[in-house]
Amino acid sequence: MIGKEGEPNNPGEVVFQVRDLTKIYAMGEVEVHALRGVNLELYSGELVVLLGPSGSGKSTLLNILGGLDTATGGDVTYRGKTLTNADERELTEYRRFHVGFVFQFYNLIPSLTARENVAVVTEIAQNPMTPEEALQLVGLTERLDHFPAQLSGGEQQRVAIARAISKNPEVLLCDEPTGALDSKTGIVVLEALDRINRELGTATAIITHNADIAGMADRVIHLSNGRITDIKANAVKKSPGELQW
Amino acid sequence: MKALNRKLWRDLWRMKGQVFAITLVVVSGVATFIMFISTMDSISLTRNRFYRDYHFADVFVNLKRAPESLKEKIQNVPGVHQVETRVSAYVKLDIKGFPEPVTARIISVPDDGKPLLNRLYIRKGRLADPAKDNEVVINESFAQAHGFDPGDRFAAIIHGKWKELTITGIALSPEFVLIMRPEAMSPDFKHYGILWMGRKALGKSYEMDGAFNDVVLTLYPEANVSDVLAGIDHIVERYGGFGAYARKDQISHRLLNEEFRQLQRSSEIFPTIFICVAAFLLNVVMSRTINTQREQIAALKAFGYTNLDVGIHYAKLVVLIISAGLAGGIAAGVWFGKMLGGIYMEVYRFPHLLYTLHPGVIVAAVLISIVSALVGTLHSLWRAAKQPPAEAMRPEPPAQYRVTLIEKTGIGRWLSQPSRIIARNVERKPVRTFLSIIGIAVACATMISSGFFKDAVAFMVNVQFVRSQKEDMKVAFTEPTSRRALYELKELPGVHHAEIFRTVPARFKFGNRSYKTAINGIEPESRLHLLLDTDLNAISLPSSGIVLNDYLGKFLGVQAGDLLMVEALEGSKPVRQVPVVALVKLYLGVMGYMDVTALNRLMGEGDAISGAYLVTDPLYSGKLYRNFINMPRVSGTVLRRNEIRNFHDVQAKGMLFFTFIATLMACSIAFGVVYNSARIALSERSRELSSLRVLGYTRGEISYILLGELGLITLIAIPLGFLIGYWLCAYIAQALASDLFRVPLVIETKTYALAASVVLASAAVSGLIVRHKLDHLDLVEVLKTRE
Repeated sequence: MIGKEGEPNNPGEVVFQVRDLTKIYAMGEVEVHALRGVNLELYSGELVVLLGPSGSGKSTLLNILGGLDTATGGDVTYRGKTLTNADERELTEYRRFHVGFVFQFYNLIPSLTARENVAVVTEIAQNPMTPEEALQLVGLTERLDHFPAQLSGGEQQRVAIARAISKNPEVLLCDEPTGALDSKTGIVVLEALDRINRELGTATAIITHNADIAGMADRVIHLSNGRITDIKANAVKKSPGELQW
Repeated sequence: MKALNRKLWRDLWRMKGQVFAITLVVVSGVATFIMFISTMDSISLTRNRFYRDYHFADVFVNLKRAPESLKEKIQNVPGVHQVETRVSAYVKLDIKGFPEPVTARIISVPDDGKPLLNRLYIRKGRLADPAKDNEVVINESFAQAHGFDPGDRFAAIIHGKWKELTITGIALSPEFVLIMRPEAMSPDFKHYGILWMGRKALGKSYEMDGAFNDVVLTLYPEANVSDVLAGIDHIVERYGGFGAYARKDQISHRLLNEEFRQLQRSSEIFPTIFICVAAFLLNVVMSRTINTQREQIAALKAFGYTNLDVGIHYAKLVVLIISAGLAGGIAAGVWFGKMLGGIYMEVYRFPHLLYTLHPGVIVAAVLISIVSALVGTLHSLWRAAKQPPAEAMRPEPPAQYRVTLIEKTGIGRWLSQPSRIIARNVERKPVRTFLSIIGIAVACATMISSGFFKDAVAFMVNVQFVRSQKEDMKVAFTEPTSRRALYELKELPGVHHAEIFRTVPARFKFGNRSYKTAINGIEPESRLHLLLDTDLNAISLPSSGIVLNDYLGKFLGVQAGDLLMVEALEGSKPVRQVPVVALVKLYLGVMGYMDVTALNRLMGEGDAISGAYLVTDPLYSGKLYRNFINMPRVSGTVLRRNEIRNFHDVQAKGMLFFTFIATLMACSIAFGVVYNSARIALSERSRELSSLRVLGYTRGEISYILLGELGLITLIAIPLGFLIGYWLCAYIAQALASDLFRVPLVIETKTYALAASVVLASAAVSGLIVRHKLDHLDLVEVLKTRE
């Protein structure tokens, strides 16, 4: 199924290499096959959208790529290093220095202001930008000292993006970043992600079940029932402003 | 409601760690409550039965010698019910293999072997044959201290004659539940005993045929005690009466009453602390539980459950949690109560401990715990019940935070983000933070209050026996003697230094208050008996006037410079106005002090002395003891080193037990509070902490956020605990002060240190448990769901 048209138009270096990845959850006496042999490469600088219905395995895949979960079988390498055998300490280090995460529900620390939420990451990163720079990239220079409770959902998500990119990560993994937002606010958030991808060249993977978002991707990967069913490169990328849902 | 009940059990199971911590605190509270009250009830019941069944007297009279015919006159005093005359004397004992001086009080038993009053409970053996002057019954604690059994023998100096006595029985008497030598500071079972001998035999020895020197009597319930005492005093005056006194002034009874008072106070203070802490913990846990279940509550209400149903559901949860604590607390309380009762029985001698636990006490424990817990959770219940379903079903908005005051001072610049999280959390829930701090502080204070007793006793002993009384032994004479007797003592081998003293029983009156005690006349430049002012500096005894101890001064309302009415109760019984010159510090007993010359002047006697304080060479101790046994003038000898040991011994057991209980409780409170705070913080913030883990924070770093907050609270709580502990000790010291002793408010540094260590250790244990849970946070799971 994975044909020539699945290759990106201008492939960069390989960031992730995924080979025969499987994941089985034991749910009581039932085994759930979340991933049934996934093969995939992600390249530096590209923006990928993972599409699929709920239960298709896209979150599991993202969690394993992000070092949040371990695989049952197969291999994942990040820039030539195997993640699949990494221990707890190595995974923490990997998350700390290389990956940025954005979640559906933002996961901001309620007791910290926008600036401080970003500082949470910049304080422990190796070569971070300043929190102010990160927040400027997502257009929040005006709201640096607001607490999460004082921000709208879209603003909170943009703080989360600023937080994720502030360490200058190699990859940015976004799990339903617009899932909790209305379409107008969602587009603002996507614009922020698009800008980061273009300006910083951060490889970005966005999970969504919203097919309309796929228009802004370099490649669109369809998952279903734990397998990749289709990978398509967009000949023309739309800007988020052109998207509608 | 069946499904709701299932939910109840599952909620309980889910919160099992917290339920356990609360249960521990409730168990502690209920157990102390039951322990103190049941012990008090049991000893009270035991005592009342013993008094009733063995006819404990109401009034006691000592006199020099009176004919038996006087009994009728006493009997005729209005209000007097039964009268019994006795012969009683203090004797020196000579016990083989025990060279130290031992004295005893010997009391007659009627010839028919059945005292009307103060009957004997014979534990072993039989009564003495009334005709035989070599048979005695001895009291149980004395027998145990020396390992005596019926059939064993020892010798006594009875009216100047050395006589071998055979023990026929071992007995208890309501008159001697606690046995204490009149001039001693604490009971001494080894060096002081009670002997009972037939009246005929004892009377013959003391030339008291047809005469008596001791009367005990009971009164009709409606009798006016002070009128009776005055009537009797009037009758016995010309027979050398030393002043009649009522049961409340009888030493054994009075000490028991003091003990009851202490128990009563303890049963007020400690259970209260625990119930409050338990109520607070329940409050915190319930409000948290209800918060996490607001959507469930909304759904229940949407299905048609009423507010009452929901309220009852959570009330059941509270009652269930409390019930486990109650059951454990009652069981532990009975167990501890019996243990404490057993400890009392070693000092206070009753035939048997009648352990009793009134159902009312259990009902009270149940009601107090459940009501205070429900009151504690009422607010949360009310919140749960009143929420409109639609509102409750929406997820809670993000919590409101503010920049903290500390940060506004500028210190914030140096705080890392995790430290900032800690500071803001502490400030955001000021009430909860404050209550947590108070809870831990109370645990710390409880520990301090238990260590305080040890410190106070050590301090009292130091002041009394090291700084104030420096003699090695105190030798008392049978009656006031010429000063010449001192030279006799000074010439004994091994006596380095001797100083005289004169003791006169007296009644002090000031305004409408009066107090019966004794005046101790000592040498003005005494090296052995120092008077200490209220700052514990030695003061010199003025050549005239009287010095009172501060407690007596306060009791009578006198100050230095006032004129005190002094009524001597010996000799010609002069009554004089004497100026009070100073007040001195005395932790044990109540006394007046005078220059011995001034005292003799007051008494109108020559240079009479009651005895002497000696500094002796330890190498000659054995020889000296023998000398004193053989000196007819010497009625008894008290060794300072025994006084110190006894004081510690008697206090030690009870104190050790109390310290043990208090430590258990302090640990359970500290653990309960810290663990609950930690668990609640963990469940409230697991999402936040997981997010940080996802962002690359290590386990250690996120533990810092959670445990750092607890550490901060604990560190703030400890100094506060010191303060509360100090107040608590001050309250206890004040509550326990009596004319027998005053507890000095002395808390040693090591007591504070121990309290802090126990609290820190409990906090560390609960911290470790929570840390273990933190290490197993499911990162993926927590991120998926929104609370």
